[in-house]
Formats: sequence, structure tokens, C-alpha cells
Amino acid sequence: MFDSFATLLIYQLAGLDPDSRIGAALYFFVMDITKIFVLLIVIIYLMGLIRLLFSPERVRHFIRNRPDWQARGMAVSLGAVTPFCSCSSVPLFIGFVEAGIPLGVTFSFLIASPMINEVAVVILASILGWKLAVLYVIAGLSVAWIGGLVMQKLKPERWVEEYVWQIRMGEGNLPQQDSSFRSRHLYAVSEVKEIVGRIWLWVVLGIGVGALFHGFVPEEWVSTYLAAGNWYDVPAAVVMGIPLYSNATGVIPVAEAMLGKGVAIGTTIALMMSIAALSLPEMLILRKVIKWQALAQFAGVLATSFILVGWLFNLLA
Amino acid sequence: MKHIKVLGSGCKNCETTANLLRIAAQEAGVEVEIEKVTDIADIMSYGVMSTPGIVIDEQLVHAGGLPAPDMVRQWVTG
Repeated sequence: MFDSFATLLIYQLAGLDPDSRIGAALYFFVMDITKIFVLLIVIIYLMGLIRLLFSPERVRHFIRNRPDWQARGMAVSLGAVTPFCSCSSVPLFIGFVEAGIPLGVTFSFLIASPMINEVAVVILASILGWKLAVLYVIAGLSVAWIGGLVMQKLKPERWVEEYVWQIRMGEGNLPQQDSSFRSRHLYAVSEVKEIVGRIWLWVVLGIGVGALFHGFVPEEWVSTYLAAGNWYDVPAAVVMGIPLYSNATGVIPVAEAMLGKGVAIGTTIALMMSIAALSLPEMLILRKVIKWQALAQFAGVLATSFILVGWLFNLLA
Repeated sequence: MKHIKVLGSGCKNCETTANLLRIAAQEAGVEVEIEKVTDIADIMSYGVMSTPGIVIDEQLVHAGGLPAPDMVRQWVTG
């Protein structure tokens, strides 16, 4: 459906040549922008209808006082289904600490949350296929699980800001939420407006970069510089992704264009994870609750795991 | 007079929420005092992790996301 719309608009109405650079780039742009925004709106709306089930307050309540492996399993899976805004990292972190949830479990949650969410997974599947989406989710869940465990071993408690331990959280006795369909519908609509309003620019930028890459970067250049099969391709992709920041959805069109030009799958996945989950703005926000030593550990653990994931996928491919 | 607190560390939605409350109060002709609570310890003392939160006369009524317009009217007048 989206292909035929893009074909009609770019090749038939605008009369561009499919073999020209500009034609290929514009086709990519129109197809992805229509497809991704339609999917974004539909999925965010559907999730909005059931979102009340997954508020951070509830997650905290579910996880507290559980044995470590159970807590971690829940943190990782709930992190994956709750696309919380990075502006709530700080209250989330403090709330988890206050509930006595181990820091390693909290880190598992913080890793899983930006990297995997149902919106990104559905869009990933529809653009790059279910196989890749499943691989991405499995890799992301493992990184979150193991990354949190490794963080725990590094004893980051030493580097939590002093005031965090002092905060006592009140029992939020929120009145019974109105659960009629009308109120959930209103909530879902406001979620769509809110989330799309927050991320649309990242998504458009991602599609733009993907389209330019698709139309204008020659395959020979890619195979010489990005896909020569060198061992350092993956670490280079991860390092490149750190200063780049986007959300998990915005990265997908870039990955699409890279895979289309023959960049190896592990290199692409490593770059996607690095852009989505390891970013300077996120680090600066977390700096409010942990000292830079713990941030350096966190960044180190993440970068290492993305590199390992990338190598593994390139090896298996 | 109702005392309303908007909990949130200065995100855009917290501004919008405060404005929604102010406008609803004006329309209803109710006198309110709106205070923005930005200190994280104070915010969390209400048990709120997702902002913005709304507290009316020390009673938490909302947490996370923009509130629905008819709820806002209800809080201001109720």
C-alpha cells in the first residue's frame, strides 16, 4: 500500500526516474514517512488504551521485594513495554532505590526501556522483517539482563549521590483511575499527541538520513568504508553512535538504508543500539543521581555489550 | 481557596498542565493558588514517579501525562 503510494507520487506524478539518485531518495523518504507515521499513531493509540497498567509506580510496586532473578526478569520485560520519556529517568531511579530494588535491576530497566519498545518493534518488523525484529529484541533483552548483572558486580552503590538515599517516597494513594472506554480513549489520544509531538523530528531526521544514504551513497563507498568485513567495523559503529542521539524509532530508517547497501547486520544492529540506548543527553540526566564514575561504568558496560552483540551477529550471518 | 500543586521538574507538559488548571479555574470563576513543585524530593514525597502530578489541597489526584480537560474542570470546581 505504502509502496504504491510512493510509486504513484514520485515516479508517476512527479515523473522522476527510479534509477536516478534523487528519485530513489525521494521514493524512500515518501514511503518511510507515510508508513512509519501511520504505524506510530496506530500503535501508540492502542498502547495508550492499556498504558495505565504499566505506569512506573506500578512497575515499582511489581518489582519490589522479589528475588533477584524475578525482579530482573520483570524489570527487563516491563522496561521493554514501557516507553517512558528519558525526562522521567531521575524519579524512576530514585523510586526504585527507595523501594529497595537492587541497583543492578534498576540498570537493567534503564537499559531495556529506551532500546526496546513495542512501537519500535512493530515498525522494525514491518520495514526490515520479523526475523530481524525478533533478533533485535532478543539481543536487547540479553544486553539489558547481562548489563544490569555486570553493573551490580561493579558495586555502583558507592557512586550514588548522597541525597538519593535520603529521599523518602510517600505512598501514592492515587484515587481509582477512571477506566471507562471514553476516558481511556481520551488518554490514548493525548498520548499520541504527546509522543508524536516529542519524537516526530527525530523520526523525520532519521528518514531523511536514510533517504540520502539510500539515494546518494554509492555501494562501492559502503563496501570500502563500512562493510569491508574488518573487525573494527562494529566498535567504530558503536563509537559513532554515542554522540548521535535519536529514539529507537528514528534509527530504523537509517538501519534500513544501511542494510540495503550491504552493511553487515551486526554492524547495523550495534549502531542502532548505540544510538538509541547510549547517548549524552541520557547520561547528563542520569548524572543528577549518580556520579560520573558510575556513568563511565554504565557507558563502558553498554558499549562493550553492543560490540559483542555486533560481532556475534556478523559471525552468525 | 483551593491550593493546587503541579509536580514536575520543569518539563513542557508540566507548564501545559499548570496552564490548563489556571484556565479552567478562570472559566469556572473559582479562585485558586497554583504552585509549581520542582524539587525531586518534594515530588516523590507524594509517591509520584511519572510527572506531571497534580495535588489539590494536599490530595494527589493525578500522575503522569496531560490530564483530560473534563477531569481538570471537575478538580477545580469539585
